[in-house]
Amino acid sequence: MASTTSHTSASHGVTHDDHHHHEPGFFQKYIFSTDHKVIGIQYGLSSLAFLFFGFLLMMAMRWQLAYPGKAIPVLGALFEKALGTDMAQGGVMQADLYNSFGAMHGTIMVFLAIVPLAFGAFGNYVTPLQIGAPDMAFPRLNMASFHLYFLGGVVMLGSFFIPGGAAKSGWTSYSPLATLADPVNVIDGQTLWLVGMVLLITSSLLGAVNFITTIIQLRARGMTWMRLPFFVWAQFVTAFLLLLAFPPLEAAGLMQLADNVLGTSFFLPTGLVTSAGQVPVSGGGSPLLWQHLFWFLAHPEVYVLILPAMGVVSEIIANNTRKPLWGYRSLVYAVLAIGFLAFIVWAHHMYMTGMGTKIATFFQTTTMMISVPSVIILSALFISLWGGSIRFNTPMLFALAFLPMFGIGGLTGLPLGLNATDLYLHDSYYVIAHFHYVVAPGTIFGLFAGVYYWYPKITGRMMNETFGRIHFWGSLVFMNLIFSPMFIQGIRGMSRRMYDGGATYFQDGVGADPGLLKLNVSITHAAFGLALFQLPFIFNFFWSISNGKKVTSDNPWEATTLEWQTPTPPPHGNFTSEPVVYRGPYEYSVPGAKKDFTPQGQPG
Amino acid sequence: MDIPYTVKPRPDTGLYNAKVGIWLFLASEVMLFGAFFSAYILLRVTAQHGFWPDVADGWPHGLLNIPIGTFNTAVLISSSVTVVMAWMALKENNFPKFRNFMIFTVACALGFLGIKTFEYKEKFSHYVIRTTDGKVVTGHLDVDGKSPLFWNLDTVKSKNIEKLKVEVDIPNKYRFPVGMHVPEDIHKAHAEGRHHDEKEIEVSQIESLKAFIPSTHPFFAIYFTMTFLHGLHVLGGALVLAYFTFIGTDLWKTNPEQFTNRIEVGGLFWHFVDLVWIFLFPVVYLL
Repeated sequence: MASTTSHTSASHGVTHDDHHHHEPGFFQKYIFSTDHKVIGIQYGLSSLAFLFFGFLLMMAMRWQLAYPGKAIPVLGALFEKALGTDMAQGGVMQADLYNSFGAMHGTIMVFLAIVPLAFGAFGNYVTPLQIGAPDMAFPRLNMASFHLYFLGGVVMLGSFFIPGGAAKSGWTSYSPLATLADPVNVIDGQTLWLVGMVLLITSSLLGAVNFITTIIQLRARGMTWMRLPFFVWAQFVTAFLLLLAFPPLEAAGLMQLADNVLGTSFFLPTGLVTSAGQVPVSGGGSPLLWQHLFWFLAHPEVYVLILPAMGVVSEIIANNTRKPLWGYRSLVYAVLAIGFLAFIVWAHHMYMTGMGTKIATFFQTTTMMISVPSVIILSALFISLWGGSIRFNTPMLFALAFLPMFGIGGLTGLPLGLNATDLYLHDSYYVIAHFHYVVAPGTIFGLFAGVYYWYPKITGRMMNETFGRIHFWGSLVFMNLIFSPMFIQGIRGMSRRMYDGGATYFQDGVGADPGLLKLNVSITHAAFGLALFQLPFIFNFFWSISNGKKVTSDNPWEATTLEWQTPTPPPHGNFTSEPVVYRGPYEYSVPGAKKDFTPQGQPG
Repeated sequence: MDIPYTVKPRPDTGLYNAKVGIWLFLASEVMLFGAFFSAYILLRVTAQHGFWPDVADGWPHGLLNIPIGTFNTAVLISSSVTVVMAWMALKENNFPKFRNFMIFTVACALGFLGIKTFEYKEKFSHYVIRTTDGKVVTGHLDVDGKSPLFWNLDTVKSKNIEKLKVEVDIPNKYRFPVGMHVPEDIHKAHAEGRHHDEKEIEVSQIESLKAFIPSTHPFFAIYFTMTFLHGLHVLGGALVLAYFTFIGTDLWKTNPEQFTNRIEVGGLFWHFVDLVWIFLFPVVYLL
């Protein structure tokens, strides 16, 4: 992709800095680039690679859940060789390996795949273009963000290969478990997890400062706040969430790091005893403190995962229904409301900690409140479809599927937000099904839609429609076959953390329900099906770089927003002349207009 | 390609980019230190009775050197004043004056860090000792006229010491939380100007011996973590200010407005570092 970028931009070559133009070398152009588009692509490629890697971890775990104690085909021998016999004796996944894959699947998917793809890649590439800016406000800071992110990823991946393996206390890393999981090793997986997290958090903070400054300061002439595309609003609120929610986790991470390395007791209570006897620490710490600080980030993080996808979906729906988004202002106010409320719902993850009924009541009230703006957004997007002459291309199919999938994910969250029902459903497969509906067929579908939609702007070529449709229908079917049975398993009481899929639970016939275990097998088969249907996407993604249908104009989707009024791909500095904005972002099918779309930059 | 508003403010926001950026960054810093202060509160209110020896609320009091802390606060506040004076000097187009004020600012930063280092060392060589008869004392060790750091009971035993000389502290009144009775003999000792008692403790009688290091008590854990993190901020700020004072001065000749902006942004960060200390000092030293 990178080579095409340089190739075609040369043909457009009308940039503002021709007078001091010099040809940068490979490293300066692709590794140490300060161009937001190159950085966006760097984020995109790395996060897609991490997405694939996180998916592989899950596949190995799914095998173990369906066929506990059986050697993993193909990868089992590799695991034994690379990670040691303790982890995968004879190619069979051991409990420690399952735990570390589980923790790292969550960590990688959230912090190294989805957020960098949604915020780092799409945010970087599209936001400055949509507001008519030549670049981000702080280009070098932007480069530093990516490098810190990459370094964080390397530390996370490296942690698999140290003695004791990667972190194995869940992506939530609850203390005291996280501190005591690897008592033998001085530098253990958890320590590297924390170091990696501090790097990733720093990267996100720099990114957030950069995004907000860019959106406040670098909007083109005429680009007033209410003329911003909804995608930019979503990125703006996301950046604020990252900016203000991440630092407490950084603090918590530093404290847990001190617990691991210096022997402090921030999160270790007095009188802590393990199978090895009394833990030799001062005690006096509070495990609850970790959970508060962790969820203070991790709940807003949910909105960091979902809001950019909502932004992408809004752009694509407006473009493909050929009519304005219904209720643009309500969408903006709703996304701002989500931004505020996201900070006061975190303890609904902690009903089981016994923090008290009064606190639980407070948080269940705020949790119900935050569902209101979420429903407003979803409803506005649904109503936007009404009466449109919809173009069913691949990005639109993914965007349309996002709506019901996110709807299911959101609505099934309500029983978890209510104290009484959560006490029963907590830590069961129901929870997994709920948040995966939000993030996997929800956010990831939104992001796939974005890849198909902006691909022609980035490469100058369309992705193949047929492969796109195969990818879409296969993913839609198998995503649902994977996650909907988990609701049943969860409601029937299956705990989410059993490394053998519950086999030990059922073997003595007590409470035996073979049906639940059979679901494990069918879910695993569905997961393999999902993997199969990602192959057309991977092939399409690389093949179309040089073989896709060439775009005939800079605006192949006939869209209104500014990124389509740049050359394809946009040169360094983005715009050939200073962009000026005359109208709102979604002027489709304006009565009396010559065409069914009126770009933001069109005067009159 | 030039990015707009790097030097001149954008008309509708009235701000240049870096000023927006630094305020946002400071917002995230508020959340970072806010989390540590919250952690402090939670750890303190959940401390159990007797968790620190002889103190009802289980939380150590009066172990830090208040006069030195006060002096350090004054040092940091002075530097916060001079950093503004330096910026004003640039506005007056008076570079030598800027440089003098900035040198004073950076010197204050280094002074602060030096004093903090001294305080740290004083804590690392300070011990809490519990003997088998249930008594607890705090104080510095005296091993051949030296005051060792980071020892524990194993270190003492490995040195084949039989009797340990300890300069036992006579607690100051801050060791006793409000409402707690201060014993008469302590008043008397202070009236006589005595602050230490030389004592010899049989090593075989010692049950535990711990230095004032993070793992000894959550108070030390949070004290060292917060002050260390704050110290890193002081160091970072001082490096940036020193860079503009000594090395990066060419920008003043080529683009004085941008240079002045950078000093303003650096100064904003410096004020924040100062502000954190103004919260930190009463919380860990006085309360």
